[in-house]
Amino acid sequence: MTRFIPVRETILAGAILVLLLLIASRFAGFVAPSNLANVFNDTAPLIILALGQMVVILTRCIDLSVAANLALTGMAVAMINVTMPGLPIPVIIAIAILLGAIMGAINGVLVWKLAIPPIVVTLGTMTIFRGIIFLISDGKWVNSHEMSPAFTAFPRMELLGLPVLSWTAIITIALFGIMMARTQFGRSIFAVGGNPHAAVYTGINVGKTQFWAFVVSGALAGLTGYLWVSRFAVAYVDIAGGFELEVVAACVIGGISIAGGVGSVGGAVLGAIFLGVVKNALPVVNISPFWQLAISGSAILIAVAFNARAGRTKGRIILKSAEATQ
Amino acid sequence: MTDATQTRPAPDRHVPDRLNSRAARIFKSWEALLLAVAIAIFVINSFASPYFLSAWNLSDATFNFTEKAMIAFAMALLIISGEIDLSVASIIALASTAMGLALQYGAGTPELVIIGLTVGLLCGAFNGFFVTVLGLPSIVVTIGTMSLFRGISFIILGDDAFRGYPASFSWFGQGYIYWVFTVEMLLFVIIAVIYGILLHKTNFGRAVYAIGNNPTGALFSGIRVARVKFILFLLTGLMSGIAAVCLTSRLGSTRPSIATGMELEVVTMVVLGGVNILGGSGTIPGVVIAAFVMGLVTFGLGLLNVPGIVMSIFIGLLLIGVIALPRLWAMAAERRKP
Amino acid sequence: MSTRPAPAISPDVSPMVSMDMITKTFPGVKALDQVKLDLYAGQVTALVGENGAGKSTTVKILTGIYQPNGGTIRIDGDPIAFASPNDAAKAGITAIHQETVLFDELSVAENIFIGHAPRTRFGLIDTAQMHRNAAKLLADIGAPFSSHTQLRDLGIANKHLVAIARALSVDARVVIMDEPTAALSHKEIEELYELVETLKSQGKAILFISHKFDEIFRIADRYTVFRDGAFVGDGKIDDISEGDLVTMMVGRSVDQIFPQSDHAIGDEVLKVVGYEHPTEFADINFTLNKGEILGFYGLVGAGRSELMQALFGITKPSKGVCRVNGDIKVIRSPADAVSNGIVYVPEDRGKQGAIIGLPIFQNITLPSLGKTSKSGFLKLAEEFKLAREYSQRLDLRAAALDQDVGNLSGGNQQKVVIAKWLATQPQVIILDEPTKGIDIGSKAAVHEFMSELAAQGLSVIMVSSEIPEIIGMSDRVIVMRDGRIAAELSKDELTPETLVRHAAGITTDGAAA
Repeated sequence: MTRFIPVRETILAGAILVLLLLIASRFAGFVAPSNLANVFNDTAPLIILALGQMVVILTRCIDLSVAANLALTGMAVAMINVTMPGLPIPVIIAIAILLGAIMGAINGVLVWKLAIPPIVVTLGTMTIFRGIIFLISDGKWVNSHEMSPAFTAFPRMELLGLPVLSWTAIITIALFGIMMARTQFGRSIFAVGGNPHAAVYTGINVGKTQFWAFVVSGALAGLTGYLWVSRFAVAYVDIAGGFELEVVAACVIGGISIAGGVGSVGGAVLGAIFLGVVKNALPVVNISPFWQLAISGSAILIAVAFNARAGRTKGRIILKSAEATQ
Repeated sequence: MTDATQTRPAPDRHVPDRLNSRAARIFKSWEALLLAVAIAIFVINSFASPYFLSAWNLSDATFNFTEKAMIAFAMALLIISGEIDLSVASIIALASTAMGLALQYGAGTPELVIIGLTVGLLCGAFNGFFVTVLGLPSIVVTIGTMSLFRGISFIILGDDAFRGYPASFSWFGQGYIYWVFTVEMLLFVIIAVIYGILLHKTNFGRAVYAIGNNPTGALFSGIRVARVKFILFLLTGLMSGIAAVCLTSRLGSTRPSIATGMELEVVTMVVLGGVNILGGSGTIPGVVIAAFVMGLVTFGLGLLNVPGIVMSIFIGLLLIGVIALPRLWAMAAERRKP
Repeated sequence: MSTRPAPAISPDVSPMVSMDMITKTFPGVKALDQVKLDLYAGQVTALVGENGAGKSTTVKILTGIYQPNGGTIRIDGDPIAFASPNDAAKAGITAIHQETVLFDELSVAENIFIGHAPRTRFGLIDTAQMHRNAAKLLADIGAPFSSHTQLRDLGIANKHLVAIARALSVDARVVIMDEPTAALSHKEIEELYELVETLKSQGKAILFISHKFDEIFRIADRYTVFRDGAFVGDGKIDDISEGDLVTMMVGRSVDQIFPQSDHAIGDEVLKVVGYEHPTEFADINFTLNKGEILGFYGLVGAGRSELMQALFGITKPSKGVCRVNGDIKVIRSPADAVSNGIVYVPEDRGKQGAIIGLPIFQNITLPSLGKTSKSGFLKLAEEFKLAREYSQRLDLRAAALDQDVGNLSGGNQQKVVIAKWLATQPQVIILDEPTKGIDIGSKAAVHEFMSELAAQGLSVIMVSSEIPEIIGMSDRVIVMRDGRIAAELSKDELTPETLVRHAAGITTDGAAA
């Protein structure tokens, strides 16, 4: 009987390492610390969103609205910045997180109180959020020259050699590490996804835990919305279109089981980094960036097949029906 | 739920076949409600825009839904059986790319069609293999193949497009059978009838319902669950192939971004049609009406110069609303009870 | 966390917990009917009853999962009501459930302390303290693994120790043990007994649920007997003999209620040779004859259902041969089994038997669609005809045949499942706990029907944990224990005592303690 979680993460970390070595064997520049820092910075939004998605998937749900949430929040804060250029950045960030959390809460309430399947809820809110962006922006772009310098400078600001964007990802990873391991909420998430029946026995409210998971995911999408818009210095309806699938892909590659209850912060982060490395390496090794989609698709299939094999229960499966003694 | 339970054991031990007449059941059904919505939208639209009630405009409007609906019928069966295929739009991209590639090697219209359908079937078989043989969750598998299939298109095409399809090929997506009736409309009707019969009138359809209601119970009743599911993935792939032929023919070109996001519209159509996303229930007539509702909403709003993206708000609200409202209703009724 | 109250109260004064006139109904079923149960400080009370007697429901009420429809629960004489599992936990009631109430993805310490972990000043879970506390609890009960172990890496017996540690981690006054020894080895059971003694000496009231009479007489101080959801009696264990307890539990005199039919037993229909499964059963050999009712008796977990599911093609045996009418048949799926005339009425009706979201007639015709259809197309008239025929034969009570099976009572759902299989005209019908959880009236109907079937030449395998049913219905009985055949008994050898003795592995007469 082996422990699967560390093994899973080690294998993924190993795969990333091998990938880096392969690239380095021909293009040593790719593994230069400054370039790796760039790759990390570029992957930061994916990491942050993957962590939020992880929490949702762990509770047996899925959030397909994260990219639309990101785009709507990004547009909203960009427009706020245009009308009130003097508003300090911390206030902007707070608004972004709050807006994102509200959208997450809408998903959460529909799942918790009305028991609508999460995939339907977030499929619906995804299109609704995108539509609202058009309504508030009238389909127009908010360009860099309209944004205040402070607004666009923030994610690029360097602290101890790393941009704020990277630091945000690092802090999010740390906070999630603590939250998942050291808080009642974090443990409840695993309990709800792993064994909802037993969670009820231990006095955990399954629906409420799922609600808060959506709020967390939404809040992070909101935060990323600001970072995304300010980093690229542009906001329009279609930003981050389809990004929700990349986020889910990062989670699946990171070994987070879509059936809930199985996964780890390290897995989600590594899954995102794997996709980030692939994406950044393709132009370097002279492979058309058009390969990226197919590679991430194959990675998902390999990861899910591998994880399912590893997780296949050993023996006495049928005996579990004895649980239903009355 | 329990109002009509085994209350009175009839003295002659005779259990009637049916509780309600067929008419009563149809009247109370989801499909009836949806049909009322469709008619209301039609009436509102015809008042809102003078251009609505034009045969040619209405005919044009059907392109909004015919291709999606072809896939939606197969998807409905798949979802009723408790699975899902999110890769359908990517199958279209791959099938279309394959046709474009064949075109470069001089394939004619019949070969193009055969290639499009074959690629669709192969993609369906690929999904079906992962789900039924390896036993993996279909949602993850098809999120993966969604990237993979379209990714292959991108590898082959990059920024380019295939153009120059033969004139005879354009018949599928641009041709008319008679007056305003398009080839796609005819295909839509034929496919709807075939799936309606398959789901509602055959042993296979019964097995689909049984599996969706209770896969374990179906297995324990001697149904070959994996085989049925595999066939459903094949069918969904095949329908995506047909849709690829129509769409490519209509657009006259292939880009790797073709039909992006269509999977969500297809799933929305299916759910709007009253198919339970968790499996077990739903009907083909429901999906047909849902196709019209979505087509009418899109077309009507389009005539009012409402941009497509805003229409999606309506579609999203419709999707959540149709599920939420009956539940809110039930909750309110529950609360009113003593 | 692990402070323990001093054992203050002397036994037998007044009960620490008393349940009085507790009633619990579910749609269509009265699970508990005005039952009474008293638990005393420093004493072990055994709750005895057959499957379906209401033991699990009682546990769920005591732990706040279910709310009773009537009656009162008192703790130290004060009435109390539990709205949620949290309330029951606060009142000091804790239960050691089966392993399913734990979390595979969490560590042992987290499983023990989920919901009440020690916190640091900042409100975070104090993992160091949690592991220290957990290690101490695990040491107390002699668990041979670390608190850092991932739960999924533990076997069933060790998971059970985690459940026990969890129960001890809360400041419990009342400990409920629901079949605690079902999955344990002999040595582990001895260790568990020691633990129970420790708990007793700490003044905790213990509710002990078990099917094994030897252990009841070994560790219980008092007993309470339920039958069919009703209270039968209670008292001190020293005042009752094992035989009397069995009689109380089983109740009514056995041969009065069962149909007596003289069905002729014919030639061999099914022969199983050397069936073996890597984890569930081994060395299974038996034959089944035409027109015979073969009973399978054993404790929960003896491997009976698993064997039946292998015969039906749900799982594959690793070894062994199955002959139908003398020919070797390889059964890889239920579809294979059905085409060879073997059908299975499972114990878990809701999940495996009926398809509750489909109408009655569709359930009945599901495996027979080949007969009621024409080249793959349904013929509703034929379906209704078949469904009508079999629902009448089984005296099905329903409003209409197009009613969903989910709206029927348990007994009528069971009739639908049986009708579904009879419509396939099988040779062998396997009935797994056919009357579990269904009302008395339907029970009698199922029994009567079973002997009718045998009289018509059908071969019946009946898995049952109900002694009267086994004795009343079977022509021959195979007793299973730990995945093997423990005994094969002919009709005249059948007594409750012999069955219990073989199933529990008691060797000497009566003297289990």
